[in-house]
Amino acid sequence: MNKKTKTPFFHIVKRGEIPLWQSIAIHIGALVLALVVCSILTTLITGLNPIKVYATMFEGNFGTERKTWVMLHALAILLGISLALTPGYKMRFWNIGGEGQVLIGCMASGAVMHNHPEIPNALLLILMLVAAMAAGAIWGMIPAFFKAKWNTNETLFTLMMNYVAIQITAYFTIRWEVPKGSGKIGVINQNTMAGWLPKIADQQYLLTIIVVAALTIFMYFYLKYSKQGYEIAVVGESERTARYVGIKVEHVFVRTMAISGALCGLIGYLLVAGSAHTITTTLSGGRGFTGVMVAWMAKFNPILMILTSFLIAFMGNGAQEIASRFYLNHSFSDILTGIIIFFLIGCEFFVSYKLEHNKHREEA
Amino acid sequence: MRKKWLAILACVAMVAALFAGCGGSGGSSDKGGDDADSIKVGFIFLHDENSTYDLNFINAAKEAGKQLGIPEENVILKTNVPEGQECYDTAADLADSGCSIIFADSFGHEDYMIQAAKDFPEVQFCHSTGTKAHTEGLDNYHNAFASIYEGRFLAGVAAGMKLNEMIKNGDIKEDEAKIGYVGAYTYAEVVSGYTSFFLGARHECPSATMEVTFTGSWYDETAEKEAAQKLIDDKCALISQHADSMGAPTACENAGVPDVSYNGSTKSVGPNTYIISSRIDWTPYFVYAIECVQKGDPIDVDWTGTIATESVLLTELNEDVAAEGTQEEMDKVKAALEDGSLHVFDTAAFTVDGKTLDSYQADVDSDADYTPDTEVISDGYFHESEYRSAPYFDLRIDGITLMDEAY
Repeated sequence: MNKKTKTPFFHIVKRGEIPLWQSIAIHIGALVLALVVCSILTTLITGLNPIKVYATMFEGNFGTERKTWVMLHALAILLGISLALTPGYKMRFWNIGGEGQVLIGCMASGAVMHNHPEIPNALLLILMLVAAMAAGAIWGMIPAFFKAKWNTNETLFTLMMNYVAIQITAYFTIRWEVPKGSGKIGVINQNTMAGWLPKIADQQYLLTIIVVAALTIFMYFYLKYSKQGYEIAVVGESERTARYVGIKVEHVFVRTMAISGALCGLIGYLLVAGSAHTITTTLSGGRGFTGVMVAWMAKFNPILMILTSFLIAFMGNGAQEIASRFYLNHSFSDILTGIIIFFLIGCEFFVSYKLEHNKHREEA
Repeated sequence: MRKKWLAILACVAMVAALFAGCGGSGGSSDKGGDDADSIKVGFIFLHDENSTYDLNFINAAKEAGKQLGIPEENVILKTNVPEGQECYDTAADLADSGCSIIFADSFGHEDYMIQAAKDFPEVQFCHSTGTKAHTEGLDNYHNAFASIYEGRFLAGVAAGMKLNEMIKNGDIKEDEAKIGYVGAYTYAEVVSGYTSFFLGARHECPSATMEVTFTGSWYDETAEKEAAQKLIDDKCALISQHADSMGAPTACENAGVPDVSYNGSTKSVGPNTYIISSRIDWTPYFVYAIECVQKGDPIDVDWTGTIATESVLLTELNEDVAAEGTQEEMDKVKAALEDGSLHVFDTAAFTVDGKTLDSYQADVDSDADYTPDTEVISDGYFHESEYRSAPYFDLRIDGITLMDEAY
């Protein structure tokens, strides 16, 4: 035979735009595979029945009404952060400072809440919101401004801004600690509930979920139908084209990052006023980074992001439940989540490329 | 375009179905009777068994369940619960699943436990190391601690004996009997701990001094190891710690410097340097509180374990490292503490800025301004853990140098 026999069995072909259902099918396939691997691993290590493990995973999310609310809240916060990060990534501004932008929003709203409990509650809540969004916007604008003015590297800049936010929060945690020396602020205004978002229909998390739902719809229309959304898309495709058609690229950078940061600040506000009612350095808990992944996996489509953030929230709660139900170490839930995320990101390859049988091509 | 819209619609429908689906699956809270077999007990831990602090609690929880004959599946342990909203969610979840009493082990859990206690008045919430139960006025919220300063004092006796031995052997001079101490925060619990430890050491070795440094975390293996190393480099002849990882014991073993541990034996990492450890055994409290629920009795608002309740223990004296006669000396001192002839914080045993104290107002009722509110010195000694179970001794006594107070 000739040299052709040496060609590999498969070759890789770049796909064009694929239908949405196909993309969803690939993701679901990846998820199923991930679950199979997780169950094999769990069974090998612990000797548990994999069906039981899945059932436990499901129970961790939907076992009781409360667990469902907790899951939905986790979903909403993650979705909110992903949405906030989306405009930046759409214009290919590599913002990995979501963590800091959320945290500084927490810090600002917490500071207002801590220092001015005497203000009437409605006004206090508005002040906290304004403070959080302003702080987030500033945190987003600083790297954008430097990028626009001096073309600094936004990845490093936004990353470092995270640490600045964490240190500021750490400083005030020590300053406002109760009791002295404990290194903890504790729940702020626990007895007066000043600066706490009200419960809706007796559900603490409902308001947060509604706000994020509204944000999802807003972001969908903003990116798709507004002039600014269009400018973002053009800048993301090609800065030069954008310049050529008369878009002020620098202006778009700063404006978009201000919006993105402000929305991160909004999520920080929801965390402080809506659930935690305190300030700690771990409030955003890595979700500023996970949100990047959620946004990318959804191809920056706000509606799809509901699904991707649901996946991550579901897996996180499920893995936690497995670890706690079967007395496994916390690291075990991290391993499971890691496997699942590996498959979900890995499947992006099959969304962008397909494997083709070489023999098949020869025949054709 | 139309296809895309259809897909999005399908997507929304899926999510909507999801949301609708959850609404129906309401919580089934089958609150059983409170007799021995059917009582359910929930525990919330900050970390897992890798932390000496949490391991101590986890062991006590299992032991208490065993002693009371509660089936294993009814003792629900939740590990790695952060000190935030997650603590409330976990406590509420335990209450949903039918627990009639729920314990939490970390100081930062307190506010969220109080919140849960308000929302579930029929469930008992017991929080170890907290400070607010006696002022909160809730029937179902309780604090507990132990007079661990007595255990620290006894561990200090072992340390002082070791220093004496080192002086006698000529390893160090009398004025070089410096102890190093790795603390977490400048919190009263830590201050009370290192001061009582130091007073115990000085009870045996009058020339002892001490340096204290803080890590700013209850569990940070690297920081604790580095802090211990810093103290060793600073010529501390003996190390002790109040932080929850194996960091300090490991540093001591590497440098060959004797270590007095906390929360439990760390002999596994320091066979050649570990002397002894003081710890709180939480089993008596857990048994007491669960029995109260079973009998329908009220639980103490603020419970303090003592040497007498076997809540304050010393673990495993390492004869290879400890000075000769340590056990006999500790037994003698322990007997004196128990019969009241010796007080750990005897005002004659320490000075503050060169002066002996005859009065001190401590911040017993926690508030944001740290307002001193209770006179705690009477009958010639500082009454620790009497007006509230959690320690409130926060004096900076002479002989102890704080290297930093950032935390």
